[in-house]
Amino acid sequence: MAIESSVLDGVLVVRMRGDLDHHAVERIRDEIERELRATGYRALVLSFRDIDFMDSSGLGLILGRYRSVTQHGGRLALCEVGEPLRRLFELSGILKIVSVYESEEAAIRAVKEA
Amino acid sequence: MDRDKSMPAAGNYMRLQFPSRSENESLARVAVAAFAAQLDPTLEQLTELKTAVSEAVTNAIIHGYEDGEGEVRISCSLHEGAIEIVVEDDGRGIEDIDLARQPMYTSRPDLERSGMGLTIMESFVDELAIDSAPGRGTRVRMRKHIAPVMAQ
Repeated sequence: MAIESSVLDGVLVVRMRGDLDHHAVERIRDEIERELRATGYRALVLSFRDIDFMDSSGLGLILGRYRSVTQHGGRLALCEVGEPLRRLFELSGILKIVSVYESEEAAIRAVKEA
Repeated sequence: MDRDKSMPAAGNYMRLQFPSRSENESLARVAVAAFAAQLDPTLEQLTELKTAVSEAVTNAIIHGYEDGEGEVRISCSLHEGAIEIVVEDDGRGIEDIDLARQPMYTSRPDLERSGMGLTIMESFVDELAIDSAPGRGTRVRMRKHIAPVMAQ
């Protein structure tokens, strides 16, 4: 698991790559939090484009970041969620609180328009 | 190589044991997926199987052993187009299985657990049985039908 982050117009964009399981989440959670702190928790986009596998640990990571971002008045959006991950998202009910966009650009636009 | 479809893989089995370290979660699901490949699963079925195994093994590691070290054992067997997977630990056990099965319930909110692990397992396999007692470990048995029933 590796992450690559960039800040575009004040929006923190985190692209995750590999398997998003408990092992990976324990390693990347603090890294994302650090970046959020540095950017003032304004807006976060999590990209799932290069995620090959995800389980409920990934859901925990999303919910945790949702909490920390919204507590600071910021916004969170997800993008490029592939077919194998869809059912997990639907099953979890996470889509009721976080929006998923087709592209990174669309997700960035959405969190900026708040 | 073409598998001879008239020869069911029934009777075949595989066992795996490893210390309860999180880096072994991927090993567990990849090993089970490779074993299940004998039944010609669809990609969707494989994803479901890997996810269910990942949930069970993660539970053994963070709930069973509470991040301390113990042993996790997996056994898989094939039965007429179905795979049965047993994930066992000798950890602290589950006090209230009905509570643990509630969607969104987690005993470890400190770890940012979503509380969806058992719900996901229930919906991704056909049968799920949990046998657990405090102080005596947990045994999770899952069964998933993979191959279509062959025409006679």
